[in-house]
Amino acid sequence: MTTTTEKVTTQALPKPVQQLGDRIFAGTAKAAGVLILVVLAGVAAFLIVQAMPALLASPADLPGGRSLTAYIGPLVFGTVLAAVIALVLATPLAVAVALFVTHYAPRRLAQGLGYLIDLLAAVPSIVYGLWGVAVLAPATLGVSTWLNTYLGWLPFFAGPVSVTGRTMLVVGVTLAVMILPIITAVAREVFFQTPKLHEEAALALGATRWEMIRMAVLPFGRSGIISGAMLGLGRALGETMAVAIILSASGAVTFNLISSDNPSTIAGNIALQFPDSTGLAVNTLIASGLVLFVITLLVNAVARFIINRRREFSGAN
Amino acid sequence: MSIDTERTQSLPITAPPVPPLVRAELPAWAPWGVLIAAFVLVGGLLAATGGFSVAMLVVASAVVYAVATYLLSRVVEGRRKATDRLVTIVVTLAFLIALTPLVSVVITVVGNGLARFDVEFFTSSMRGVIGEGGGGYHAIVGTLTITALAAVMSIPVGLLTAVYLVEYGKGRLARAITFFVDVMTGIPSIVAGLFAFALFALFFGPGVRLGFAGSVALSVLMIPVVVRATEEMLKIVPNELREAAYALGTPKWRTITKVVIPTSIAGIASGITLAIARVIGETAPLLIVAGLTTGLNFNPFEGRMATLPVFAYTSYAAPGVPREPYLDRAWTAALVLIIIVLVLNLVARLIARLFAPKTR
Amino acid sequence: MKTVRHGARARIAAVGIATSGVLLIAGCGAANESAPSGGAGGSAAPSVSGTIAGAGSSAQQAAQEAWIATFTGQNAAANITYDPSGSGAGRTQFIGGGVAYAGSDAYMTPAELTQAQTRCKSDVVEVPDYVSPIAVIYNVPGVSNLQLAPATIAQIFDRKITKWNDPAIAADNPGATLPDLAITPVNRSDKSGTTQNFADYLKVAAGPAWPYAVSDSWPVQGGEAAQGTSGVVGAVKAGNGSIGYADESQARGLGQAKVKVGSEYVGPTAQAAASVLEASPRVDGQGQYAFAYKLARDTTTSGTYPVVLVSYLLACSKYADAPTADLVKAYLNYVVSADGQSLAASKAGAAPLSDKLRGQITPAINAIAAGS
Repeated sequence: MTTTTEKVTTQALPKPVQQLGDRIFAGTAKAAGVLILVVLAGVAAFLIVQAMPALLASPADLPGGRSLTAYIGPLVFGTVLAAVIALVLATPLAVAVALFVTHYAPRRLAQGLGYLIDLLAAVPSIVYGLWGVAVLAPATLGVSTWLNTYLGWLPFFAGPVSVTGRTMLVVGVTLAVMILPIITAVAREVFFQTPKLHEEAALALGATRWEMIRMAVLPFGRSGIISGAMLGLGRALGETMAVAIILSASGAVTFNLISSDNPSTIAGNIALQFPDSTGLAVNTLIASGLVLFVITLLVNAVARFIINRRREFSGAN
Repeated sequence: MSIDTERTQSLPITAPPVPPLVRAELPAWAPWGVLIAAFVLVGGLLAATGGFSVAMLVVASAVVYAVATYLLSRVVEGRRKATDRLVTIVVTLAFLIALTPLVSVVITVVGNGLARFDVEFFTSSMRGVIGEGGGGYHAIVGTLTITALAAVMSIPVGLLTAVYLVEYGKGRLARAITFFVDVMTGIPSIVAGLFAFALFALFFGPGVRLGFAGSVALSVLMIPVVVRATEEMLKIVPNELREAAYALGTPKWRTITKVVIPTSIAGIASGITLAIARVIGETAPLLIVAGLTTGLNFNPFEGRMATLPVFAYTSYAAPGVPREPYLDRAWTAALVLIIIVLVLNLVARLIARLFAPKTR
Repeated sequence: MKTVRHGARARIAAVGIATSGVLLIAGCGAANESAPSGGAGGSAAPSVSGTIAGAGSSAQQAAQEAWIATFTGQNAAANITYDPSGSGAGRTQFIGGGVAYAGSDAYMTPAELTQAQTRCKSDVVEVPDYVSPIAVIYNVPGVSNLQLAPATIAQIFDRKITKWNDPAIAADNPGATLPDLAITPVNRSDKSGTTQNFADYLKVAAGPAWPYAVSDSWPVQGGEAAQGTSGVVGAVKAGNGSIGYADESQARGLGQAKVKVGSEYVGPTAQAAASVLEASPRVDGQGQYAFAYKLARDTTTSGTYPVVLVSYLLACSKYADAPTADLVKAYLNYVVSADGQSLAASKAGAAPLSDKLRGQITPAINAIAAGS
């Protein structure tokens, strides 16, 4: 099981009958895949062409009169910071939720409970934005003050505390809520696939439920959890409207999560600046979009690398 | 299912010299007793110090409950059982924490959205409406049309691509598609909107605003999600089924359409629904390419189309005087959007159940 | 066999329900659109028809909605849309020929004007249509009737004055009790004409106290930033000790500071705002139909409120076909008319244009015609 690769198994299968329909079907499927590549190439070409003027322009002509790196650098920082906060908060929670659904909740309820979590993914991002401003931000005021008072020596909670609560922390939490269902869905799927025999063997040896999970379920699901987290990270990096509505973005580069002085994110910044931008400013924004595209590419390269290592578990082999 | 067996097992294994009754497990009511005690204790403490709040009570009680259960179990049942109980509590709490934002979002949206959740909202557009009254009928039509078109374009492409990747794909092309599909999931929605706009502007000039262009933008966002979801589901289909079909002489494409896809249709349907849910609430790309109009437009190939997210967003962002009717409409639009997604979810599950092969 | 047939029937039923649901939705028009809505009309002007699209300033959105609703109510054959896509996007679309008219919070730069003239193959009509006082809004418990001098406002927003009981604020408010509370300045996080006009006011009226260049992005880092007027109003409402700037009409119910003009303190009323335009000189060299104004932010005239946003309508003076030209002309005339302006005042909180100004800009609108 561990040594087989896709090629070997495909050859080992009984040779299916070949028909004209078969060739047409296979061709259509392949064409669909190629179409996706074409669309993506189109998006990339569009980004590069539109970003070119900004890449070639002299710094003095760009918005703010700074170089392109000085403009995009803080945005990259903010994008990564918000996404990492979301990931750090969401991943353990998602794993726990997936465990609850697969191994703790009563069997009859499990599917319904999983469905409840899926509903989180059904809420449109603009609603999360409105909710973040109207409900979550005011609700965090007490927590931020508490963090600042008792953990103020950490750079994350140095303050001064924002009076409206529209902070990087709140954005991180909102993004965490948004990516939670994505990570949970992947983790749940992998946990369900844990070989039953492994689990029962662990229990038969007298392991408690937690020990069984630690020894049988988590090692099996580790790469699945990581790939789910990477998918969630991709979503968090690109989130636009919720960030634009919630974040008090003033362009600072700081790890301080609870003040009103926060770096913006690339996607959020495009949403904020695009409507009133003209000429080179638009090109600059698209250049920042190109950077985000590259970041996403890197994140997904990492995810794909990890997913490939767990391919041996998939049923199709 | 394995819960009961493990409890009874732990008795004989643990240390013989200890009197058996002391090393016994906690009685079944103990966790509940601890929970109630924690609630009462924390509630009393908070009331005494004057800092009573529901959030504080719940959080503090949960912490006290977890610690107390751990300590009690540690004394009575030993370290391993105590850890197990602690993890159970933590995992359950995690689930409840994950539900909190869902409940909060639903309460907020329903609470604010019910004000205008009336017949007029579903039968009127905003044409000729100033201030109060009016509705989101035109936006509902726009959202459904644009999303349906996006789905019509995305689902076949996504499904076929997934089939190619799982059933046919090998070598460099398949690897490239897999990788770039993942990259595509990370395209920010606004970039998709800009792309669709640039594409249509090439053919129709810079003033182009079409519902269909919105569909194209949404497709760019939707296709990778469909591919990912379908791919995962197709992979889970056991190879035995495929081999059985081949052994009966079924051609590969019939095997795929008659065996593989029906077997995983439930998962595919819910994956597609999630993909639709992902794009139906997109604001930024539609604001750029589909525009906004106050009147009804059934034709996605001509003129601007209002959509619920854009309608909600502009009502929120640029309200008139007085503000309230605009904000009420924004919240109601958000509520309708969520309801549409819920209904889609239910329909998808129903369809999946009806079309899935009977396995009994 | 029986189960199979049952399943098949259920499938057909499911598909049927789904399709009929779609058909049901697609089947009927909107309740408010079914009847020809020209009841309120009876306007003496010859009726116009056709479809035109506008785009631009989101500040004008509420006013445009009201204008379009009333105008198309009177001219049932006319159809007008307005995309609140932002002033910059509006100007770009107008220059590119995407829209028949645009709304912009700033008048066009010389370069844009040249491009627009190329697009129109004629002069560009540029008239102010929407004047809105920008209120300096604050949320300080126990403080009402706050009065501020321009330099004080500049220093507050520049984060040089950080406490509400600062001597500079106290000097502007003799007798008031000011709390020892930190000031949180709130600014727009998106580019906006409101920011540009507010910064322009600070630059001109406060002089050296505001050392930044005027642009539509906020120059000072580190304050609270919020998206859109709604965002700023929400942030000021939520934040204890905060101060911000927003369209007066959207900020009712919040404390609105009076601003020092000359030797008196003036509140953001529509009338005081409209009178600034009277005192402002027209920008030269824009073309015969372009009425752009260099606002007199440092006016000392009694009863004027210089913190205003002036938003413009952009149109061509020549359109290729007559119906479009007529429709644009009729609509623009309606917008700047006394009726249109009072509608914007009541529904969007704008300051109505004065009769004198209307007299100046109407000829430009009337010059719109077909041909090239």
